[in-house]
Amino acid sequence: MLDPNISRYIWTHTKRQQLFVLAMVALSMVPYFMSLNLPKQIVNGPIQGNGFADPAMTQVFLQIAFDLPVVGHLTLFPGIALNRIGTLFALSGVFLMLVVVNGLFKYYINTYKGRLGERLLRRIRFTLVDHILRFPPATFKRIKAAEISSMVKDEVEPLGGFTGDAFVAPALLGGQAVIALVFIFLQSIPLGMITTVLVGVQGLIIPRMRRRLLVLGRERQLTARELAGRVSEIVDGIHTIHSYDTSNFERADISARLGRIYKIRFDIYQWKFMVKFINNFLASVTPFLFYSIGGYLALRGQLDIGQLVAVIGAYKDLPGPLKELIDWDQNRQDVQIKYSQVIGQFAVDGLLEPEIQAVSAESADGKLTGSLTAVNLGVTDDTGAVGLERVNFSVAPGETIAIIGNAGSGADIMAEVMARIVWPSQGQINVGTVDLHSLPESVSGRSITYAGTDAYFFFGTLRDNLLYGLKHAPITDRVFEGPELMQRQWEQREAVWAGNPEFDIHSDWIDFAQHGAEDIGAMMPAVYEALDAVAMTRDMFDLALRSTVNLAAHGALAAKAVEMRQVLRDALTQADLNGLIEPFEPGTYNTEATVIENLLFGNARSPELMAGAIINNQYFRKMLEKCGLAEPLFTMGTEIARNAIELFSDLTPDHPFFQQLTFMKPDDIPTYAILLNTLDKSATNLSDADRAMMIRLSFDYIEPRYRFGLLTPAMMVQIVEFRTAFHDALPANLKEAIELYDPTQYMVSGTLLDNMLFGRISQKYRDGVERIYGVASGVLRELGIYDTLLSIGLDFHVGAGGKRLTSVQRQKLAMARALIRRSDYYLFNRPLSALDTRTQEQVLVSTLKYLRKDGRAPAVVWVVSTAKFAVLFDRVAVFEKGRLVEDGSHAELTQKNGIFKELMSA
Amino acid sequence: MLLNDEVNMLKLVPLFAGVSAAKLKLLAFTSERVSYRAGEVLCRQGEAGDAAFVLLSGRADVIIEGPTGPIKVADLEENAIVGEIAILCDVARTATVKAASAVEALRISKDTFFKLMSDFPELTIAVVRVLANRLSQTTLELSEARGRVVALSKR
Repeated sequence: MLDPNISRYIWTHTKRQQLFVLAMVALSMVPYFMSLNLPKQIVNGPIQGNGFADPAMTQVFLQIAFDLPVVGHLTLFPGIALNRIGTLFALSGVFLMLVVVNGLFKYYINTYKGRLGERLLRRIRFTLVDHILRFPPATFKRIKAAEISSMVKDEVEPLGGFTGDAFVAPALLGGQAVIALVFIFLQSIPLGMITTVLVGVQGLIIPRMRRRLLVLGRERQLTARELAGRVSEIVDGIHTIHSYDTSNFERADISARLGRIYKIRFDIYQWKFMVKFINNFLASVTPFLFYSIGGYLALRGQLDIGQLVAVIGAYKDLPGPLKELIDWDQNRQDVQIKYSQVIGQFAVDGLLEPEIQAVSAESADGKLTGSLTAVNLGVTDDTGAVGLERVNFSVAPGETIAIIGNAGSGADIMAEVMARIVWPSQGQINVGTVDLHSLPESVSGRSITYAGTDAYFFFGTLRDNLLYGLKHAPITDRVFEGPELMQRQWEQREAVWAGNPEFDIHSDWIDFAQHGAEDIGAMMPAVYEALDAVAMTRDMFDLALRSTVNLAAHGALAAKAVEMRQVLRDALTQADLNGLIEPFEPGTYNTEATVIENLLFGNARSPELMAGAIINNQYFRKMLEKCGLAEPLFTMGTEIARNAIELFSDLTPDHPFFQQLTFMKPDDIPTYAILLNTLDKSATNLSDADRAMMIRLSFDYIEPRYRFGLLTPAMMVQIVEFRTAFHDALPANLKEAIELYDPTQYMVSGTLLDNMLFGRISQKYRDGVERIYGVASGVLRELGIYDTLLSIGLDFHVGAGGKRLTSVQRQKLAMARALIRRSDYYLFNRPLSALDTRTQEQVLVSTLKYLRKDGRAPAVVWVVSTAKFAVLFDRVAVFEKGRLVEDGSHAELTQKNGIFKELMSA
Repeated sequence: MLLNDEVNMLKLVPLFAGVSAAKLKLLAFTSERVSYRAGEVLCRQGEAGDAAFVLLSGRADVIIEGPTGPIKVADLEENAIVGEIAILCDVARTATVKAASAVEALRISKDTFFKLMSDFPELTIAVVRVLANRLSQTTLELSEARGRVVALSKR
């Protein structure tokens, strides 16, 4: 546990370094004081000529000689005799040297202190995160993630800066102040007393006044932390805010909070400068007393004037250190408060013992022996609600059990308790004869696999998340050489000094041997099989096909995708689905593609040729005119506008039908209506921009989709001619702006699907995409790119918390992540609730089969969402109102007229 | 076949007989043109109905899955509408419709149809009139049938 006192905490972890830095500071005093004395020597000696009365006189320089009690006079270095000029330069040289030495000392000490602080900061941050990892599960019901992370990140930050000065500053400043004070006492006791009293007053009042500052500081810290918590709540709850129109309530809340923070901060400023004022006043009152009382004493003859001047001189040295000392104390208290605040939040009862989470590279196979048994188990939550009551339940190795129960029956809690997610309040879970909670997580967390309804996914790719459940300990020791070795040694050294573990994050964290594989590649077939078992392969294909592939990573894919075009077409022909894809062919108009796609016959790669802007491109316009297409396309545009206005002018702008009108926005309708009006009066009235607007309308037209009958065969021929002319004369600056549809080349700018289809799916057939998938998945295996596609799918980034996946995909992924682990017990807690019943059953059956392959026979406990699935398991346990009410085989329970029968018929 | 031809076909469908050409054009535009080859299924008995079909060309069979196997109960030809009951009230498809030749059809989705009806009351009135006629026809047939049953049982 963290020490509640910050100074003690710092001392415990840095005492040796603190003593060292103190010694260094003491050592640095020697050249410092020497440099203070030197100017006097230079002025008095060579400049004013003391000791150089005669130009021929010399002074001995750098003599090192001592008078020692026993040895007598000892001369180590007799010195060099120098004349006046020589001495001036020699002494100035020494001064310069001392300046450098002082600078170096300062540099070294500051760096040392900084490093000390950073190491301690690293230590404390690590300790805090380590605590989070060891919090008992119930703690997470009451803490806000953003607040905790703002504590780890921001609130402990000042501790680093304070560490270096924690002991050095008071020693140094205190020493200076005491010396000045002693000097004043030596000159005059009364003045010494006066000074002591005033210093005492300053030392008493100022910190007291500052106490309010500390209180305000603490408030500031709390309000800022709450603000961080609220901001993250807004982010997490954004959909609720939108759908309930509460954004202004949130605005009001944030504004109110910011107002409070502002007030606190303003109070801090006001008070801070007030304290400063009083402090400065007290500091300047002292010389006033010196002048008045000291002067009075001097006039009365009780003090000689020389002493008074010396006292005033010495006093000049006093306020500086004193003020800094008070500042230091202020800083200390401030840091202490921040520190107490933070560790108060982290002081949680029932923290897991570190041994429970000790890292272990050993496989857990066979370490968990015996049945998983709940003995007199009870779970009561923090509100006193009873989740489970006196449950006695046992899962034998190899057994498959269905747990049935409605919401609130305790079925889910039973699974959670066995997975160590919820801790029992009464009774316990035993593994064989051992309490489950006394086992290290390296045994229970590997021998027991749990998958629940809400699985969490980490920011990263699907692959990262899928393999996450296997990363228990660094398995391999990487071999380092040369600079890498140096770097690694440095990492390890620093980690140890800051009390961090020295695990290598880049080591192999997956124990491939346990999975019967040599490396990740050899493991993947089993992983793909798991994805198949949870019916996720199709999702993976979708993700892969919709992605723009990094060809550098999958080099052979480009050629395969091009090959796929023909293979897929042949397969479709074989399946009698010939017209399903209309391929892009350089000499033919593709009726299923838009007019602009047919014109360009390629993917625009730069904004100037993209849909919105291309009509303004000079070259494009020129070519349209040249090929005689400007007029027909303009006519086509006007007809489209006429049709659209006829169809849609009655509808309100927010009408859902407008979604079908891809080429026009509802607000465009009046604009086009005016244009048509003008045009009908006289065709010459239209400006060039208006004509461009009309032509633009024709670009998105697809005849089979809109069926306005505007695309004549003659026009199609013209468009194909335009295509050739356009590409032949393409200016150099546009060469890179477009990627041509080339039947023999991979299109880098297209998705994988675009590349494989190399055409448009015909509108005519319903479920065209589904049918193509049906044909394509078979072809993929033949071409040997099935695994490549899955691998590309695995590169998909799941986003924050897996939010880029659908809820169904998240549950499937969670299942797959559980399945690829090798455990003795699998606990599934309504893991497929987002799936439809048919798919649930399919996944359930294939999961059970997957777990039993290769002669394995792990125990499976499954909280099923529908009682009818129970027939697939060896045993059925029925929970109701926190109690285990029925327990037996499916056949036994169906014969009884119990709750199970009721649930079955429900 | 162009949009305007589709409108002309829709006019021949009794359900839409009273609807103005402009509305029919909107209906046609917002509906999907689909093609089926002989033997392909337009809709399957027991599934949830989410669309009605108007046959533009070709023929289709209406088939009911009986206890002894599939029984063909009706033939559909051009201008026929099928599945309209399923989109007006939420019932599962009462029969399977299978293309008997190459079929071109207009697929009117439930959402589109409802949206049109709520936006244009005149369309709703036209449809209701047709349905009421059908109902009175059915009622008439039912009472005649009942009369015959009564007559038979008295015998």
